[in-house]
Amino acid sequence: MLPKYGLSPDLDNKKLDATCVGCNHISCSCIRTIYVGHKSCPPNEAYIPPKFCDNRIVSSKYTVWNFLPKNLFEQFRRIANFYFLIIFLVQVIVDTPTSPVTSGLPLFFVITVTAVKQGYEDWLRHKADREVNEYRVSVLEDGRRIRKMSAKIKVGDIVEVEEDETFPCDLILLQSSRDDGTCFVTTASLDGESNHKTHYTVADLESDLQYLSATIECEQPQPDLYKSLGPENLLLKGANLKNTQKICGVAVYTGMETKMALNYQGKSQKRSAVEKSINAFLLVYLFILVSKALVCTTLKYVWQSKHDETWYNEKTQKEKETNQYLKMFTDFLSFMVLFNFIIPVSMYVTVEMQKFLGSFFITWDKDFFDPEIQEGALVNTSDLNEELGQVEYIFTDKTGTLTQNNMEFIECCIDGFQYKHGDGSSELDGFCVTDGPSTKQRQDQIDQIDQIDQIDQEMGFIASSPDEIALVKGAMRYGFTFLGLESKNMKILNRNKDVETYELLHVLNFDPVRRRMSVMVKSKTGDILLFCKGADSSIFPQVRQEEVERIRMHVERNATEGYRTLCVAYKHLSAQEYARADADLREARLTLQDREEKLMAVYNRVETDMILIGATAVEDQLQDEAAQTMEALQGAGMKIWVLTGDKMETAKSTCYACGLFKKNTELLELTLRTLEDGGRSREERLHDLLLEYHKKAVQDAPPVKLGITRKKNTGQDYGFIIDGASLSMVLSSSSEPNSRRYKNLFLQICQNCTSVLCCRMAPLQKAQIVKLVKNSKGNPITLSIGDGANDVSMILEAHVGIGIKGKEGRQAVKNSDYAIPKLKHLKKLLLAHGHLYYVRIAHLVQYFFYKNLCFILPQFLYQFFCGYSQQPLYDAAYLTMYNICFTSMPILAYSLLEQHICIEVLLEHSTLYRDIAKNAMLRWKLFLYWTALGIFHGLVFFFGVRFLFSNPALQDNGQVFGNWSYGTIVFTVLVFTVTLKLALDTRHWTWINHFVIWGSLAFYVFFSFFWGGIIWPFLKHQRLYFVFANMLSSVSAWLVIILLILLSLLPEILLVVLRKPRGPHARQVTLNCIAGDPQSPQSSARPLLTRTFSDESNTVI
Amino acid sequence: MMASSYKDEDGHITVSGSGAAAGGGGGSLRNKKPENTAFKQQRLPAWQPILTAGTVLPAFFIIGLMFIPIGIGLYVTSNNIKEFEVDYTGAEMSSPCFTCSQNFSWNSTKPCTCSVPFHLDQPYESNVFMYYGLSNFYQNHRRYVKSRDDSQLNGNEESLRKPSKECEPYAKQGNKPIAPCGAIANSMFNDSLELIYNDPNGSKVQIPLTATGIAWWTDKHVKFRNPGAENTNLTVAFQGTTRPVNWRRPVFQLDSDPDNNGFINEDFIVWMRTAALPTFRKLYRIIQRRSNVHPTLPCGNYTLEVVYNYPVRSFEGRKRMILSTISWMGGKNPFLGIAYISVGSVCFLLGVLLLIIHHKFGNRNNPAEISH
Repeated sequence: MLPKYGLSPDLDNKKLDATCVGCNHISCSCIRTIYVGHKSCPPNEAYIPPKFCDNRIVSSKYTVWNFLPKNLFEQFRRIANFYFLIIFLVQVIVDTPTSPVTSGLPLFFVITVTAVKQGYEDWLRHKADREVNEYRVSVLEDGRRIRKMSAKIKVGDIVEVEEDETFPCDLILLQSSRDDGTCFVTTASLDGESNHKTHYTVADLESDLQYLSATIECEQPQPDLYKSLGPENLLLKGANLKNTQKICGVAVYTGMETKMALNYQGKSQKRSAVEKSINAFLLVYLFILVSKALVCTTLKYVWQSKHDETWYNEKTQKEKETNQYLKMFTDFLSFMVLFNFIIPVSMYVTVEMQKFLGSFFITWDKDFFDPEIQEGALVNTSDLNEELGQVEYIFTDKTGTLTQNNMEFIECCIDGFQYKHGDGSSELDGFCVTDGPSTKQRQDQIDQIDQIDQIDQEMGFIASSPDEIALVKGAMRYGFTFLGLESKNMKILNRNKDVETYELLHVLNFDPVRRRMSVMVKSKTGDILLFCKGADSSIFPQVRQEEVERIRMHVERNATEGYRTLCVAYKHLSAQEYARADADLREARLTLQDREEKLMAVYNRVETDMILIGATAVEDQLQDEAAQTMEALQGAGMKIWVLTGDKMETAKSTCYACGLFKKNTELLELTLRTLEDGGRSREERLHDLLLEYHKKAVQDAPPVKLGITRKKNTGQDYGFIIDGASLSMVLSSSSEPNSRRYKNLFLQICQNCTSVLCCRMAPLQKAQIVKLVKNSKGNPITLSIGDGANDVSMILEAHVGIGIKGKEGRQAVKNSDYAIPKLKHLKKLLLAHGHLYYVRIAHLVQYFFYKNLCFILPQFLYQFFCGYSQQPLYDAAYLTMYNICFTSMPILAYSLLEQHICIEVLLEHSTLYRDIAKNAMLRWKLFLYWTALGIFHGLVFFFGVRFLFSNPALQDNGQVFGNWSYGTIVFTVLVFTVTLKLALDTRHWTWINHFVIWGSLAFYVFFSFFWGGIIWPFLKHQRLYFVFANMLSSVSAWLVIILLILLSLLPEILLVVLRKPRGPHARQVTLNCIAGDPQSPQSSARPLLTRTFSDESNTVI
Repeated sequence: MMASSYKDEDGHITVSGSGAAAGGGGGSLRNKKPENTAFKQQRLPAWQPILTAGTVLPAFFIIGLMFIPIGIGLYVTSNNIKEFEVDYTGAEMSSPCFTCSQNFSWNSTKPCTCSVPFHLDQPYESNVFMYYGLSNFYQNHRRYVKSRDDSQLNGNEESLRKPSKECEPYAKQGNKPIAPCGAIANSMFNDSLELIYNDPNGSKVQIPLTATGIAWWTDKHVKFRNPGAENTNLTVAFQGTTRPVNWRRPVFQLDSDPDNNGFINEDFIVWMRTAALPTFRKLYRIIQRRSNVHPTLPCGNYTLEVVYNYPVRSFEGRKRMILSTISWMGGKNPFLGIAYISVGSVCFLLGVLLLIIHHKFGNRNNPAEISH
C-alpha cells in the first residue's frame, strides 16, 4: 500500500497531509490543522489554538434538570396527547360535567409511563456514555505515559492503544508494534463487519514519537462512514485493535465529531398503513364528536327558549352574569368534554403496547433461529408488525438473499479453453502442459487481485468479498496457494512448490460505476503488470477485440447456468507508462477535493487496451428453500421483483432456479440488447417496446381480480426483465411528458407480470424502483429484503425493510426494520406473523372505536332527557375506569394471542394471505359495520333501560331507583356486552384469554361493590353509594341486563350462521385445514375454522 | 353448545440449554437461542370454539324456549299488579284542586287544601304503595343533580356551617348557611296526601299510612346522618343554620319522630335520590296490610286529601298520586314481559328459519356440518 501521508519539505515541522476523507467541500475552511502532541508551529506565526470539542460522547437526550420540561414538550407535540391535554385544560377551566380527573388520570398515566420508559432509556444511554467517557486510556505527553479518562482526550494528543482495546477517538496511526508498520482492526461495532482490516502507519516518521513535531491537515468532520473506512491511516473510534500489540496514534477527531458519533443518527420513522387508517377513523370520530356537541348545544338553547328557568333550579349568580355567547361556547366545550371519551387515550396506549409486546413473538420464535450463526430474528422497530401482513411487492436482492453468497469456484476459461475442477482435472493437466504459462499467469493474477488481508489461523481466508475467497480457494485446488501478503509482497506457492513473489504496487479499487478493479504488480523479473477483473460488460470494451467473442460465448453459457462470471484481463506496462500512472495516482490520492472523480479518471485512463485472458465462473448456491419460499409468497399474492447488480443471464438463471420464472413464462425483455436490436435509435425502440409489451401484458390480459382468481388459470404468465441502463432511460427520458408516460407504461407492464427482474442495478436505482412502485396507484405496500450495503437504500425506501444476517456485513441488518437469518424465514414472518399481527391490530382498532361509540352514545341520548344539561349518565369512576380497567385487558390479550387460523394452516395455505390484502379489515365498509354495531348497541342499552325506567319502582319493596341506578344498569350491560362481543370474536382461547375476559368482568363487579360500599371521604358526591348492590337486589334489573346483552349479541351470532363458507376456494381450504392438522384429531369431525374464510372479514362473527 | 377442538402443543416444553451452545467464552448476548416454551412459540394450548349453524341453532331454540315462558310470566305478573293513578295538578277548571293551583303563592301562610274523589274498582289485597308522580320536572338536570352537599347530609359539622359551592345559589341565606343546602333539598316535595275511604255505610275512614321503609336502608342508616352526637337535640344541632328558602319548616321539624327527623327523614331521603327521567314517581307512603281477611284497600269510593303546597304549573308539570301493589319484579311495567316474549319469539323463529336454510343449503355445502 502506498503511504497516504505526504511529508512537507519543512524540516522542523513535518507537515502531514492527512487525506482522511473524500472531501466535497470547496472552501478551504473545511480543512483542519492539527498539531501533533501539541507542539505548535514556530512562535513567530500568530497562532490561535483552534477550538475542538473534547472527547466526551453525549448520546443522551436529557439531563436531570431538563428532563421534565423537555420530555413533556416532546410528548405533547404528539397530536393525540395534545388533544387530551386540551380536553383536560378545558375541564379544569370551564365548569364541565365530568371532573378533570376523568381525563386527567388516564392522560397522566400515559404521560408517566412514556416518561418513565424514555427516562429509563436515557438513563441507559447516560450509563453507556459514562462507561465510554470514563474509560482509561494512555496518552503520551512529553514522552511520559499518562492514564487519563477517555473524555479528556484533546485533538492532537498522542494516544496509545493496546491489543483488543477500542479506539477512544478517531486516530491517525503513527506507530505500530508490528514490524511492517501495519495494524489490524475490526469494525464490528461500526458496520458489523468482523473481518480484519489492515491499516498502515504514516510512512517515513521518526521512530521516537517524543520528538515528533508535525502538523496534520485533514478535512472537517464528515459523517460518511463508508467512504472513509478505507483510508489506511485513519483508525475510527469504536473499532477494535486486533493481532497487534499496541499502536500510537494522534487524535484528529474527538467526541461528537468522530465518525461514529456523526453516524449516530436515528432513522426516519416509518408509519404503517394501519396507523393511517386509525387517523382516518379518528377524523370520523372527531367529526361525530363535534357534531354531537353542536347538536346538543343547539338543542339546549332551543329547549331553554321554551323552558324558562324553573323555580326549583335557579341559575347561580355567576351563570346569570356570563355573556350569552361565551356561555354558548363553554356549553359547547362542556359537551365536547362529556363526549370526549369517544376518542380514548387508552387506545394509543393499547396500540403501542400491542406493538411493543407483540414484536417479542418474532424474536422469540425458534423457527427463526439459525444454528449456523446462533442468532434468531431481530426486531428493530415494532411499529410495522402489521405491515408484514399487507405486503404486495417484494423487492429482493439476489446475491446473499436468494443465493447463499457461498461461492464455489466452478470453472474458468482461458483463451477459450475451459478448465473445470473435479472430473475435469485431467483435462486441466493436459492443458497445463500445453498452455502452462497462460494458466500460471491466470492463477497468479487471481491471487494478486484478491485483496486478501490475512490468512487466519484456521487457514480460512478473509477477504472483502466472497467471490475472492472462492477464487483463491479455487486457485489453491489447482496448486497455486496464496501464502499471504508481507509488506507489499505477495507470495504464491506454485505447483512446483516454488514461492513466487510479486510486489504489489497499486490497487485500483472496485467501485460500482466502473464495475472492475485492478492491481499493478511487479514480478521478480521486473515486469510491471496490470491485472484487471470485472464484469464482462465492463471489461470487454477495455480490451483488444480479438479474444472477446470466444470468451463471450463461455461467459454467456456460464451465466445461463446461474454462475457468477468475472472476466480477467491484463496488460504490460512499460516503465514510462508506469511512472506516469504512478504519478497520476499519487497526485489524485492526495487531493483533498473531488478525489473520487479524479481517481476514477486515472483508473479509466490506465485500464485501457488490455488483453483479455479469460473468464471465471463461480457458483452461488441458492438459499435453503428459496424456491419454496418464493412460491409461497407468490401464492400469497405478492409480486416479487429481483433487483440485482448482477448481469442479466446470471440473474435470469437464478430466477428460473427459484421458480420465479417458469417454463411457460413469457419473458419481456427491455435491456440494452433488445434496445439495440432494431437498428434505430434507442429512444424510439424503447417507445416501441414499451407499447408492445404493454399491449401484450396489460391490454390483452384478462382482468385480474385479487383473491378470486387463482394464479394458474389466468392464462399466460409474463416475466419482465429490465437492466439498469434501460431503466434510467425509462425514468429520465429526454422530454418530461414522455418520461411520465414511459413510467406509467413501465409500471403497468410490471404490475401485470408475475415476476420482474431488474439486473445491473446500482444501489440508488434499486431505491428508485421501490419508490416508483411505492408511489404508484393504490400505494401498494412494499417490502425490501437484502443483506448487503448495496441494499440499504432500498431497505430504507420500502415500507418494510428486511435485512438478512448474511455474510456481507451488518449494514443491511442495521438499517432494516426486521432482520432474519435466512430467506426462508421470510415465509413465516409474512404469512404467519404478518397475517396474525394484521388481523390482531385491525380488530383491536375497530373494536376500540366500537366500544367507545356504544359507551358514549347512551350518554349522548341521555341529553335528550335531561334538558341538554350535560348531565353525565355514568359516574365519574366508571367514565375513567371503562377504558383503563374494565375493557382494556381482554382486547390487549386478544391482540397479542389471537390466532384465528392456526399458524400451520397459514403457512400451508399461502392464499389465505390474500384475504387480508389491501387493508381488508380496515376498509370503510367494515368500519361502517362496526360503527353501525356500536350505534345499535348504544341504542339498545339506552332505550332498553329507558323503557324499564318508565316505572322506576323496580325493587320488590316498592322503593325507586334514581338516575345513578339508571346509568349503572346501562354501564353494566355495556361492560358485559362489549366483553362478550370480544369473547365471541376470540377464536383462540388460551388460559390467558379466559383469565382476562372473565377476570375483567369479575373485576368490574368487585369494583362496583367496593366503590359503592364505602362513603369515600375524598369524594364530593357519594353518588354510587350502594347503587350497585341495590341494583343487584332487583330482579327486574337482572332480567333487563340479561335481555339487553342477549339482544345486542343476537345479530352477531346470527351473522356467524349466515356467513357460511362460500365458494369452492373457501371450502377446499377448510377441508384441507382439517386434514392437514394432525394436532387436533377431534377437529376432523367438525369443520375447523369454518367462519374464517369469508371474503369480507375474519373478525366479525 | 359449541363445537370445540383442543389444540395441544406437541408436548416438548423444554427450556433448551442455550447458553451452553459451543462457543464458550466470547459468546455475546445475541447467541441466545429462543426458549422453546409454549407461550413464546405461540403454542399455548387453546380452546378453539367455532360458532357454526350446528352449534348456534340449539342455542337459538333454547333462548327462545326459555325467554317466552319468562316473558309470559313477567307479563302476567305485571298485569296482576294493580295500579291506580289520580292526577291532582288542578290545571283544568273541573279539577277540585284548580283553585289551589291558581292561587298558589310561596308566602301564603294558610295552606290550601283540596279533596280529589276517586273510585277503586278492585280491592287491593296486599301491601299497597303510595307514590307521588311528577311530570316535566327535570330532577336530572345537571345543575340540579349536583346541587347538594353529601358531606353536610352525612352529618359533617364543618359542611353544615360552610356548605359546598355546589349548592349555589341555595347555599346561604343572608349570612346563615342553609341546611340542607342545594337546589334538590330546596325543592323538596311538600304536598301532604291523605287517603280517606268512604265506607258504603257512610263513615269516612282514614287509611293509616306508614312513612318509614320508603328509603333505601343504607341511605337512611349510613349515607344520611344528622349532625351532632347521637340523641342530641336536633334543634341544637342545627343551630346557626337556616331552612331552605322554599321550605315552610326547618329541617329539624320535618317529623315528630326523632328517628325520622332532620336529614334522616325518609321523605327527604327519597326526594334526594334524583330521578332518572323528567317524568318520575317517588314512594310516598306504604299502606300495610292489616289482616288476612280484609283487603288492604277494598273497592269503593275514596277521597284524596291534598294539602296543596307544591307548585308545578309554572313549568307545565303534572302531579299524580299513584296507588300500586308490588310484585317480585317491582311495580307495574309490561315492558319486560313484552320484551322477553318478543326476543324469545324472534329467536325461536330465527331458529326455525335457520334450520330450514341449513337443511336446504347446508346439505350441499358441507355434509360434516349436518351431522351436528
